Amino acid sequence: MSRVLVGVKRVIDYAVKVRVKPDKTGVVTDGVKHSMNPFDEIAVEEAVRMKEKKLASEVIAVSCGPTQAQETLRTALAMGADRAIHVEIAGAEYETLQPLHVAKILAKLSQDEKADIVIVGKQAIDDDSNQTAQMTAAILDWPQGTFASKVEKSDAGLTVTREIDGGLEVIKTKLPAVLSADLRLNEPRYATLPNIMKAKKKPMKKVSAKDLGVDLSPRIKVVSVEDPPVRQAGAIVPDVDTLVAKLKEGGHV
Amino acid sequence: MKSTQLVAAARRLGAPHRRALGTAPEPRGARQSASFTLNLFRGQFEPAQVFPYPDALGAEQRQTLAELLPPVEKFFREVNDPAKNDAAAQIEERTLAGLWELGAFGLQVPCELGGLGLSNTQYARLVEVVGAHDLGVGITLGAHQSIGFKGILLFGTEEQRARYLPRVTGGEYAAFCLTEPSSGSDAGSIKTRAELAPDGEHYVLNGSKIWISNGGIAEIMTVFAQTPVQRDGRTVDKVTAFVVERAFGGVSSGPPENKMGIRCSNTTEVYFEDVRVPARCVLGGVGNGFKVAMNILNNGRFGMAAALAGTQRAALRQAAEHAATRVQFGRRLADFGAVQEKLARMALLQYVTESLAYMVSGNMDAGAADYHLEAAISKVFASDAAWAVVDEAIQILGGMGFMKATGLERVLRDLRIFRIFEGTNDILRLFVALTGIQFAGSQLQELMRAFKRPTAHLGLIFSEAGRRATRAVGLARGADVDALVSAELRAPARELARQVLQFGACVEAALRKHGRAVVDEQLLLNRLAAGAVDAYTSAAVLSRASRARRLGLPTAEHEARLAEAWTEEATERLGALAAALGPRAQRHGERLTALGRDVAAQGGSPTRNPLEL
Repeated sequence: MSRVLVGVKRVIDYAVKVRVKPDKTGVVTDGVKHSMNPFDEIAVEEAVRMKEKKLASEVIAVSCGPTQAQETLRTALAMGADRAIHVEIAGAEYETLQPLHVAKILAKLSQDEKADIVIVGKQAIDDDSNQTAQMTAAILDWPQGTFASKVEKSDAGLTVTREIDGGLEVIKTKLPAVLSADLRLNEPRYATLPNIMKAKKKPMKKVSAKDLGVDLSPRIKVVSVEDPPVRQAGAIVPDVDTLVAKLKEGGHV
Repeated sequence: MKSTQLVAAARRLGAPHRRALGTAPEPRGARQSASFTLNLFRGQFEPAQVFPYPDALGAEQRQTLAELLPPVEKFFREVNDPAKNDAAAQIEERTLAGLWELGAFGLQVPCELGGLGLSNTQYARLVEVVGAHDLGVGITLGAHQSIGFKGILLFGTEEQRARYLPRVTGGEYAAFCLTEPSSGSDAGSIKTRAELAPDGEHYVLNGSKIWISNGGIAEIMTVFAQTPVQRDGRTVDKVTAFVVERAFGGVSSGPPENKMGIRCSNTTEVYFEDVRVPARCVLGGVGNGFKVAMNILNNGRFGMAAALAGTQRAALRQAAEHAATRVQFGRRLADFGAVQEKLARMALLQYVTESLAYMVSGNMDAGAADYHLEAAISKVFASDAAWAVVDEAIQILGGMGFMKATGLERVLRDLRIFRIFEGTNDILRLFVALTGIQFAGSQLQELMRAFKRPTAHLGLIFSEAGRRATRAVGLARGADVDALVSAELRAPARELARQVLQFGACVEAALRKHGRAVVDEQLLLNRLAAGAVDAYTSAAVLSRASRARRLGLPTAEHEARLAEAWTEEATERLGALAAALGPRAQRHGERLTALGRDVAAQGGSPTRNPLEL
């Protein structure tokens, strides 16, 4: 049976109206409702189902972030993960944390914890990067099943159905492997109140990126964060010639 | 009496207006209490259970609550469908299954017996969420745990707890069976009987109960029945509480009642026909049933205020959103003064309700012994307020408010019962007044006793005489409340303190006038009850708003304004109370009672229409 490592990220709740900070260095996060990235919820659900189907022996939840990341880990524990690892990253380091850093951290932890499957959400709803799974697989030199909408056990490893632009693609991978969860993979269970209470007793380990030998030096610099431009009203034109003329006028052609 | 005592007494006489809080020379022997409402009836401002606003959550409890809220909110947003539940007059199966799985049916049962072990304050916060979404579901949950098996939590033996609590958290419903066709408010007159069998090992239960929530689905019921007991060598009937299982045989229930509201909550008649109830099922001791019932109901009352605070918050949001967007006569509704007043009054009622709910639950968690009057006030206020708030929300939404699709008409229908069950508001108001008067009376009795033996109690007489004298001359300023509230709220707090003193005078005047017969002066009792509600609610919001200021909450400004606004009107009503006891009001009361008698005698309006046709 496999040991599954699930990466979860604490993001601003999907229902919140995001506002840009007046100093343009980022978005307002103080006092704003946060929750687990929805695709990560799907990843946790899949991992827990694997355990229930006896395909996995243990589910370990991991999150990189400040102290509040522990809330997200507790949700994962309440959903059925067995234990949690909090990689504490705060302040300026957290502001410039990138998928490459996270991928290195997940790769190291997968080796330390002897995981056979790493599963994360396909992307986080705050940065929409869609990179962590792919980079983690590359660093580990493991096969990857990204945008998974179905994961089944096969003799040699896993059969993964992937959502791609043209439709669905079915691939077979050996284990160990990295997966990323897409929307239709499953419907995550509600954390029940008794499970939330039980989760308090499950182990949560705290480590630092330094402990894992990962350098968090920033590789990017945030220049400015702004609202997208207000959408301008359109105009209806009578024919194609007028359209081309208007486009030339506006300097778009 | 020594000369030093005389001097000391005289000194006390000269300083009545520097009365410190709660340190008035109390007559020995009269009952003491920390309850604000009880002391109000003595004209005393007792801040112990009101100031500061209770902080009932430990750090661990707060964190737990923060984790429990999102799944509950999510469940009620995404899974529960209140419109469907109402239309079908039944909670959807998958919703019920989801609620059991969620753990919603055993919130206050200890963890080791299958529950979540929540405190009253934590329970209140979760119930607030339920109240904001679906009161029918709220009653199903409340009838089960707030009263249905609460008796086992409060009075159960170790054996009863171990036997039944895992069952009621494991899928079996509970119900509270007190009311009968001929016994509603008059709970002591129930006719269901439980006779001890000759072998002494079990009782035989016979009778029928009416309007039992969860009556049709409960496996485990708390049933109240008359049992013959020995008292002073005679056999008398006393009510005893029993845990009765449907599985005992002889228990049946009628069809679900067709109700105005909370339609998805199951309400039925329940019949007991020669039901054999083992003696081990007696709950709280033979003959203690009335006390058990009253304690259960007292213990659960704060839950209603919490739920209704949630209901009002949701209705207010709907009304405010509409007022902020709907344009008529070229302006948004929210820009018109009349609408602003409506929204303000709704916000006030919601703020008071919420303040009461968490004050009572906080006091209960802190181990307060005397909270039953405050709990009663919170139930009465919350249910009256909720009706007014939702009714006004419908008004603000206009024609849309009247449509089923908007959802408010269902909420209004659901709310109506809250003024009726678990102690009708009418009974609870009388209960507050009578209990308060009894408390005041017991102190007066002590004073009377002191007057009969003046030399033993000169100090007491001097201080009381001084107090009354300055009060009568209008010099009394009441208790020193400045230190209890934030600076901006000192003026309303002082006014409240003055009114508390005057209230005591009104109560005393009423007692002097009527003596024991005051218990039948219901118009007077209702005026006093209304005054008690005004005083307690004022104290509660002054306390809460002061806390907001003390903690520097972003809402501190708004809360101060709410507290000021509420206290302004409440103290004005209190100021008019003395007149309500005067001769003019007396004559008006006689007018009203005469009219009432005529209507009852005529079986309707005593007049015909003006056309005499």
